[in-house]
Amino acid sequence: MSQTPKTLFDKIWDAHVVKRAEGYPDALFIDRHFIHEVTSPQAFDGLRKRGIKVFNPARTTATPDHNVPTKDQHLPIKEALSRHQVETLSKNCKEFGVTLYELGHPFQGIVHIIGPELGLTQPGMTIVCGDSHTSTHGAFGNIAFGIGTSEVEQVLGTQCILQYKPKRMKIEINGKLSKGVVSKDIILYIISKISASGATGYFVEYAGDTIRNLSMEARMTVCNMSIEMGARGGLIAPDQTTFDYIKGRKFAPQGEAFDKAVEKWKELKTDEGAEYDLVLTYDAADIAPMITYGTNPGMGIKVTDRIPTLAELKDISEQTSFSKSLEYMGLEPGSQLLGKQVDYVFIGSCTNARIEDLRLVAEMVKGKKKAANVEVWVIPGSRQVEDQARKEGLDKIFEEAGFELRQPGCSACLGMNEDKIPAGKYCISTSNRNFEGRQGPKSRTFLASPLSAAAAAITGKVTDVRTF
Amino acid sequence: MSKEKFITLKSTAVPLPIENIDTDQIIPARFLKATTREGFGENLFCDWRYNNDGSPKADFVMNNPKYSGKILVAGKNFGCGSSREHAAWSIYDAHFRVVISSFFADIFKNNALNNALLPITVSEDFLKKIFDAIEKNPKTEITVDLQNQKVSLEDGSSEGFDINAYKKICLTNGYDDIDYLISLNSEIRQFDLAHS
Repeated sequence: MSQTPKTLFDKIWDAHVVKRAEGYPDALFIDRHFIHEVTSPQAFDGLRKRGIKVFNPARTTATPDHNVPTKDQHLPIKEALSRHQVETLSKNCKEFGVTLYELGHPFQGIVHIIGPELGLTQPGMTIVCGDSHTSTHGAFGNIAFGIGTSEVEQVLGTQCILQYKPKRMKIEINGKLSKGVVSKDIILYIISKISASGATGYFVEYAGDTIRNLSMEARMTVCNMSIEMGARGGLIAPDQTTFDYIKGRKFAPQGEAFDKAVEKWKELKTDEGAEYDLVLTYDAADIAPMITYGTNPGMGIKVTDRIPTLAELKDISEQTSFSKSLEYMGLEPGSQLLGKQVDYVFIGSCTNARIEDLRLVAEMVKGKKKAANVEVWVIPGSRQVEDQARKEGLDKIFEEAGFELRQPGCSACLGMNEDKIPAGKYCISTSNRNFEGRQGPKSRTFLASPLSAAAAAITGKVTDVRTF
Repeated sequence: MSKEKFITLKSTAVPLPIENIDTDQIIPARFLKATTREGFGENLFCDWRYNNDGSPKADFVMNNPKYSGKILVAGKNFGCGSSREHAAWSIYDAHFRVVISSFFADIFKNNALNNALLPITVSEDFLKKIFDAIEKNPKTEITVDLQNQKVSLEDGSSEGFDINAYKKICLTNGYDDIDYLISLNSEIRQFDLAHS
């Protein structure tokens, strides 16, 4: 037996290879498959055309999230095409025997929020979903990545996916985070350093004591945005924080089986001396509250910094895209974002709509009122998050602040459902993408942490939470 | 299910010299509500291509009669962002068969290859050369030779490109991944039982 030290990523990957053949990509077994209404209908159609069944329905879980309205969920969905897509998911799940948490079910929510919440997401697994933010689940020490619809069909039909192994990157962060800096700032900081394509071709392992000291919710925020620097996914080796989070959850192993599982999960770590293709190291002390100014998540700055000028760009070939981006955003090169008036505040998405995010926001705005010029939407990531928020009285705090607490879904993260940011308006958003039109045609997005979003909701403008 | 077979292609090209074109630009989320794979082409690059009233924007390259062809040439990091395969479907549906860039996002690349759309990565220098050639003469033809993994311009200059051997077999024969995986059925079944 070879004694070569291995990374955690390699260990999990290699343990899931059903067949490795010369000249072929690995046939990788998938433990857990999540599906939603947008990227699955054509995959089910493919199964029908081939005349095959779902290989093992128990390994797939479905929920509608992208298209769902966040108000009046007890009523039929108004928009015909959205309704059709959600109904198609229900029909397909019924026909193929897949478990579905439909609208109104106490487990419904954003697919990447409900997986961990229900204990379906566990260390050491391979997890895929037809959604790029599948990387979220990597926070539990597993290989989780987004796939296309043809691949959804592969997984439904064969429980495997054909994949080449990506390269391995380690991103290590050590030190204590400053006041007002949270996990969203960590990941926005990293992406601003390495760009929106800096990790393409890699699978990232996040390490270092800063990461170790994060809660599970905060770790999920970091892993969630791995794709925004191009990485296939990002993972964090499991530890006591992970085990404590999983314990007692609905589909987690229970009792003795849980203790046995933990013994196995404890072995899930990178061996001493294992090699990565690239290692990046950052100091937590250098990270400040971050905000994006442009139209990709790599265009981020410390909230107190100026937007770069054309002359300050590293690469001359970026000038055209940079100018186009700032023109879209209605911003001047070299100007400051601090103090810039915003129109909307969106607190939600698979990046930052877990209970801890809502608690952070509530704690900050308790007893305060939103600025008159802003509309504030708080969209819980799941029914369970919503119920918990109400139980803790967070709904009252939001109501008093003039925030609108709605029902769970992807909401204004992607401008697909009814929640859209109007053309030309500025939205400070806890979501993951600031692409042109992402939150609605011609909408303008500033990505930031829940703390920064909460502060902006109160002041009505881009605010440094450290002086709030 | 067999797809269209790809061997060689000689065509004029449509230039889009913008970097980081994400899949939300290729096909905005509001158009992802269909439950079939067809018909996405008309909304390809929708927000760049049409005005609010649906009329074509004169300054967008796809609306400029000077440019046409089955090859799309774009700046680096093409296809970043969302995993939506609809991006590859919409490009294919708009009659493109090749996308050339100096860098592709991973998921888009996989999706394209799964849909008989060939993503070709060329050097930054060669990409600039292609853009220059099209600017000089929009009717210039680019030749893509998948067998020999080579892109050539009319001036005789060319560059080789990499493609995975397995994916090359799939493209040239019109195979898809699931055919291969289905052939592993009993091995997968055993694996599943051992890991439940």
